[in-house]
Amino acid sequence: MKVCDLAGPTFVVKNNIDTDQILPGKYIKINPASYEGYKELGLVAMSGLPDCYPPFASNKSGKTIYKIIIAGNNFGCGSSREQAPIALGAAGIKVVIAESFARIFYRNCITSGELIPLEIKECLWQKVETGLDAQIKFDKKKIIIPALSREIEFSSLGPMIEIVEAGGLFSYAKKIGRI
Amino acid sequence: MTGESLAQKIIAMASGKEHVEPGELVWVKVNTLMIHDIAIAGVVEIFKKEFGDNAKIWDRNKVVLIPDHFAYTKDDMANNNIRIMREFAHHQGVEHFYDLSTKMARGVCHIALPECGYTRPGEILVGTDSHTTMAGAFGTFAIGVGNTDAAYILGTGEILLKVPQSIKVIFEGVLPSYLQAKDLILKVIGDLTVGGGAYCSIEFSGPVIENLSAEERMTICNMAAECGAKSGIMVPNKAAINYVKNRTNINFGVILPDTNAVYIKTLVYDVTEMEPVVALPHSPDNLVSISEVPDIKIDRVYLGSCTGGKFDDFMAVANILKGKKVLVETYAVPATREIIEKLINEKIDGESIFGILSNAGVFISLEPCCAACFGGTDDTFGRANKAMNILSTTNRNFLGRMGHKEAKIFLASPYTAAVSALTGHITSPTTFMDKI
Repeated sequence: MKVCDLAGPTFVVKNNIDTDQILPGKYIKINPASYEGYKELGLVAMSGLPDCYPPFASNKSGKTIYKIIIAGNNFGCGSSREQAPIALGAAGIKVVIAESFARIFYRNCITSGELIPLEIKECLWQKVETGLDAQIKFDKKKIIIPALSREIEFSSLGPMIEIVEAGGLFSYAKKIGRI
Repeated sequence: MTGESLAQKIIAMASGKEHVEPGELVWVKVNTLMIHDIAIAGVVEIFKKEFGDNAKIWDRNKVVLIPDHFAYTKDDMANNNIRIMREFAHHQGVEHFYDLSTKMARGVCHIALPECGYTRPGEILVGTDSHTTMAGAFGTFAIGVGNTDAAYILGTGEILLKVPQSIKVIFEGVLPSYLQAKDLILKVIGDLTVGGGAYCSIEFSGPVIENLSAEERMTICNMAAECGAKSGIMVPNKAAINYVKNRTNINFGVILPDTNAVYIKTLVYDVTEMEPVVALPHSPDNLVSISEVPDIKIDRVYLGSCTGGKFDDFMAVANILKGKKVLVETYAVPATREIIEKLINEKIDGESIFGILSNAGVFISLEPCCAACFGGTDDTFGRANKAMNILSTTNRNFLGRMGHKEAKIFLASPYTAAVSALTGHITSPTTFMDKI
């Protein structure tokens, strides 16, 4: 299964956004695999960010108007809480573009199938503002920012692409006959 | 063929391969899987969905369940997670379940794991917590994962691992009396930065590491996670081997890295002249030497967590606080019940460690758990419920980490924390230590 191209508004954050900012510790009691828990996580996604950021998700619907996050280095550092990528996915985020990711966060995005983490080699977060539209063309490995008239190549997902295309670790393991 | 690092060697063995190369994806057999209370509900739900409601786990003797994050709270949802753990353990026949308010109760998972003999050299330990790296102190390849990976292991006993590259960190010289493992690892984090060890295994070695106690070694491997590392690992020394042998009857072998192993980076430190350090808010790599810390008044000292709630940590604090009174409110959360018992039984000049701390005015919790290290619910012991400056022996000082977003967290060693508790300002233990 190919990953579908997508387009939409971006939410922009800086370097080293840790899991406590993505999802503060008091919310990790929430079960991300339950229907209610999933919904609740959307409501509190990114609620640990400092107040200089614009609101992320509606405190009524738990949904965000953004589809893509653009970040700097080491996005998702800190805890192994899978609630962090799930919270972003529950709010409606599909893709996180960053210069680099923290290992467990990156892994959780892919194994859960909740988010697609894309790495780029440039400091895009300093050149764009929250609200700008971006388009992602997976076949061409391109991120297009119409307002900047820019096309940016993202790094190959390497062997992880198979898990992403399968939709997560379990689907992948079934596909290759491991389980 | 190039030589293999310690991590490579253990992964090769666990994957049944002669040799593995960094970057390679391999299926690895897991020796022990630890799940804690904040992951259990999600893990069980995924496990049932994927393997079936009545599916059995791969090996009930290899699964360890430890409630430690929201261990003592009135919060319904948090307590429900522990109920789910209880039901799952019962249904699956998991005996290694360290339930609260039973004789099995322990405390923080990363200390309970070695105490109960699960951190064996040369094995693969996977836990649903980023600080699972702590077991690397015993030569275990130990990594943190999320719920999906844990659910997969529950059903199959396997994990798909990318073989990490390795970074070598060597500590040489003579350790000054005022310097602790916490200073050493904070120094490495400051130099590597919080992203500098991403995807890598950090292998610690050198004469200083060779001479450290098991608990001090654990501090170092624990905070390898703060560099983003996949694992922190050491060849077990005598102290580590004896520790494990006293806790398990299961045989193990000690694995050494090849002498021609490839490391992408090597850091060498001479500790002889090294100063204590402090991580300023809001990142563990925001590091300064203690002599360069501006005059900072602190409102609270917090001693606890997997990193700073071990026996050695409180022993260090007691050595400084003996016969004195703290000037700022000081909270202590021993990591496990065994540590509490040891604090009561072990003495300095006839006075128990517990008595020394208590007489100095330290509030000591008798509910061993993660407590305020990660914030937790509003009723958590020691939680920052308002803006304040906290000097903490824990591992992370991210924005909002211990509760309130406007609280500022400074990370330091138990010695620095104890001396600062006496003065009310961040204070170096260097001059103080000469007097004891």
